[in-house]
Amino acid sequence: MSERSEGTTAPTVPIERQRRQAQRRYVASRITVYVVAIVASLLAAFPFIVEGIITFKRDQDLYAPGSNPFRYNLDPTTEHLDFLFTSTGFLTFVLNTLLVGACVVAITLLLALPAAYSLARLPLRWGGALGITIFLVYLIPPSLLFVSFSRLIANMGLQNSRWALVVLYPTITVPVAVWLLLGFFKSIPRDVEEQAMVDGYSRFAAFVRVAVPLAFPGIVAVIVFSFTLSAHEFLYASAFLSSSSQKTVSVGIPTELVLGDVFHWQELQAAALLVALPIALLFNLLLERFVSGFTMGAVKG
Amino acid sequence: MARLADREGVLARLMLLPAIVYILALVAVPFVVAIAYSFSDVTAGDPSYDWVGLENYRSNWEDPVFGRALWNTFLFTGVTMLLTVVLANILATLLTADFHGKWVVRFLVLLPWTTPAALGAIAWLFMLDSLLSPIDWILWQVGLLEDGRHMVWLGKSGLAKASVIGVQVWRLVPLAAVIIMAGQTAIPDDIKDAAAVDGAGFWRRLWEVTIPLTLPVIAVAVLFGAIITFTDMSLVRVLTNGGPVNQTHVLASWAYVKGIDGGNLAQGAAVAVFLLPLLLAATIAILRAVRRWEVT
Repeated sequence: MSERSEGTTAPTVPIERQRRQAQRRYVASRITVYVVAIVASLLAAFPFIVEGIITFKRDQDLYAPGSNPFRYNLDPTTEHLDFLFTSTGFLTFVLNTLLVGACVVAITLLLALPAAYSLARLPLRWGGALGITIFLVYLIPPSLLFVSFSRLIANMGLQNSRWALVVLYPTITVPVAVWLLLGFFKSIPRDVEEQAMVDGYSRFAAFVRVAVPLAFPGIVAVIVFSFTLSAHEFLYASAFLSSSSQKTVSVGIPTELVLGDVFHWQELQAAALLVALPIALLFNLLLERFVSGFTMGAVKG
Repeated sequence: MARLADREGVLARLMLLPAIVYILALVAVPFVVAIAYSFSDVTAGDPSYDWVGLENYRSNWEDPVFGRALWNTFLFTGVTMLLTVVLANILATLLTADFHGKWVVRFLVLLPWTTPAALGAIAWLFMLDSLLSPIDWILWQVGLLEDGRHMVWLGKSGLAKASVIGVQVWRLVPLAAVIIMAGQTAIPDDIKDAAAVDGAGFWRRLWEVTIPLTLPVIAVAVLFGAIITFTDMSLVRVLTNGGPVNQTHVLASWAYVKGIDGGNLAQGAAVAVFLLPLLLAATIAILRAVRRWEVT
């Protein structure tokens, strides 16, 4: 009995010390996590914070030599924001982006959904190789393709038209969409569709009514990707659009809000921020889906 | 049964056909045409095809701007990826940890990647402005720069190159971190727990468990980042437009200047063709890394 109590009391001092050490280590790791989180957020968001401040600065404040750029030395004003919305092409750029985006989403889904399903499910001898080939298409650089597209767009009579982008953007979105959807279709158990076919659905009906609804998370990821590409893409938009009525945001803002050597800083920064924030929100809502889609396509493709 | 399989085979081809036709017509054919252009004298104004052999390659090779663009492309990609891989691992480790306010932090650190590259460059255009730069102002306050003097970030060759690399890193770290995060969350919990129970501290767990197990994913992230950096022209175009005096051009931006600004499609193509060998190498490397990832 006494031996036992000795056995348990003897190591209490080291255990106590160990516990305190573990606790200290825990606190230190917590502090590190928060410090890294704050530093990372500041580094990433710094230019956007400055954009937000500048948007409401008066010219006399912004251009005063040596003035503190991070606070309002004069009263803030919304005159530049008003100017952006009423006297520049900003809203036109936004509408063009939405229009191009919607069309690109539709074309991408129409082409990629059946193709991905076919590669994932149906008997194709060269299916695996074809899946990889479609992915490789994504890696052919626009920096080379624009040379041919320049002639192609001219021959189609689409110079300086936003419809040129509707024709070209699926070259980027379709390969990615096929890759993403392939993973999603493969993750659906075959039995579900087979059951539907036993119940009298044709294979195509099983695809439309069963597989497509089950791949909905993947479809949402494709929609967001294709849509934001229309806001992101710069090369084709700047090469093939010259009049301000046709431009999308990523080329309209840098080219139309700088007149000659005069930078309309407040309008420029406000416009960039107004585009950046909603896209970031969309991505954050769907981040997990993107990550799982990316890994699924990679692991099971 | 055989008939059903036959019909499925037909259906499979029909469902695949539209995507294949589109990709053949708008990627495969233009790809071949672009390479063919590089051996011709095609311009935007005169589209008739005349074979000139290697003439465009020869004149590019003798052009000092092309040489610089080629070197910059490798320099920017190499340095960008080196910095990105370190910072992205830190960020990915942070994002897999649990802490308060994670949603806000995630939103903020992803901003550089989710923002269109050209608009991110617009934000930095102000940050690095020759007169208004807030970075200069901070340097004044901490005494690293004499009051009233300016760094002129985008006006000097070395600083402009460093700026382009810095902004590219800023933009790519979130993407690389998200990919690496996918790999880290895929490590089975029992391995992490076992290492922790065995008394391995954070650094030992990082070096001996996390990094070795996520190496293939890190490779994928780096290669994707490298391909993006290698082929991107928007950042250089908006931030420096190749300046000062063509010091910061990369192959993609120089091809654009030749092909679109200058209208010389053939020479633009001959510049961009130089992207292909390295892209091919990166692609093979990606496929290998993905296959290894699959095995683990």
